[in-house]
Amino acid sequence: MRSLINILDLSVQELDELIAIANDIIANPGKYSEICRGKKLATLFFEPSTRTRLSFEAAMYELGGNVLTVAGADSSSAAKGESIADTAKTVSCYADIIAMRHPKEGAPLVAAMNASIPVINAGDGGHNHPTQTLADLLTIHREKGRLSDLTIGLCGDLKFGRTVHSLIEAMARYEGIRFVLISPDELKLPGYVRQGVLEKEGIPYAETGDLEGALPELDILYMTRVQRERFFNEEDYLRLKDSYILTPEKLAGARADLAIMHPLPRVNEISVAIDQDPRACYFKQVLNGKYMRMALILRLLEVL
Amino acid sequence: MHIDSIQNGIVIDHITAGKGMEIYHLLHLDELDCSVAIIKNVVSGKMGRKDIIKVDADIDIDTNVLGYVDPGVTVDIIRNGHLAEKRQVGLPTKLTNVLFCKNPRCITTTEQELPHIFLLTDPEHRVYRCLYCETKAK
Repeated sequence: MRSLINILDLSVQELDELIAIANDIIANPGKYSEICRGKKLATLFFEPSTRTRLSFEAAMYELGGNVLTVAGADSSSAAKGESIADTAKTVSCYADIIAMRHPKEGAPLVAAMNASIPVINAGDGGHNHPTQTLADLLTIHREKGRLSDLTIGLCGDLKFGRTVHSLIEAMARYEGIRFVLISPDELKLPGYVRQGVLEKEGIPYAETGDLEGALPELDILYMTRVQRERFFNEEDYLRLKDSYILTPEKLAGARADLAIMHPLPRVNEISVAIDQDPRACYFKQVLNGKYMRMALILRLLEVL
Repeated sequence: MHIDSIQNGIVIDHITAGKGMEIYHLLHLDELDCSVAIIKNVVSGKMGRKDIIKVDADIDIDTNVLGYVDPGVTVDIIRNGHLAEKRQVGLPTKLTNVLFCKNPRCITTTEQELPHIFLLTDPEHRVYRCLYCETKAK
């Protein structure tokens, strides 16, 4: 029995297999529509989430399975003081697989250490969000036809943005990847990712505060939201929240085949005018996320 | 200075000079009722000066703590007056309840009964990270 806590729990070969399964699901959805009949996914979300929870639930329903859900910490036994370990052991008696989101970093790992069924980390604070990375990888693969030889611009909150950290870790394992890190000084990529991944693996990168200047060289622009919930200090949030806003004018120097990605939800960092631009991929990412979660559930339940 | 040789016990040797007392407390040797000798500033061919601790009882010591505080130490196990075993300590790969995570977002801050586990992620720079949140130990 395996769980997915960190994107690095998956080898490059396993990532490639998941992408192949997801592409097959997209091409042949009918083949998979009853494959999880009788199986139950428990979604334990201890932090507000709309798209990730709905994506997991939609994924399980489209595989023919069922969903047990806990809406939030307030309506669960966690509110009575139950430990993550006990919750995981209890839910293991009801479900076949767990998807857990929790505001505390490491909570899904604790669940995986105690559950007798696979646990999927659906986001733990500012730490990891591996299934978002799966969505990102499938999107890059479908848009570019490859996961190698790409210049990837990461823009916005690179400090607390867990999707950015996971994407860097995942892409650093492919050949010919270069990163351009675009952020204000206060939201730069943390040292443990810069030194522990980029410098350790010898991945070329540049740091800049200039989005427009960086755009012409990018194959992919990955925008992120400055997340209010990651700040202890409201003043810092207000000062930094509008640091980068992508508009059609700023895109003037960008490549015609640029892929603009965003893990969503957005606030104002991508102008809605860009939604009509063929280079906008963020809603495709949402759909791809569902397909990759379907592929992951199939693999972890060992039904494929 | 004369210190009796041990019949059955342990000798913690090659302690960096000045760290003897710290190790004495970390290993809770002050709680033992057997003879314990702390010898400070012993002349050493390799180290210049070193500390040595001798414990006149065959006790289990936490070599993980020892390795973290002073990875160059050796532990000699003495039985019937002879050296029965010599252990090189080195940096431990895992520390349990030796370091405590300071990240306010870590699950260990709310789950009080979880052991605080740190893993050695960069032996060259002696970097330990929390198993749960990957925060670097300070």
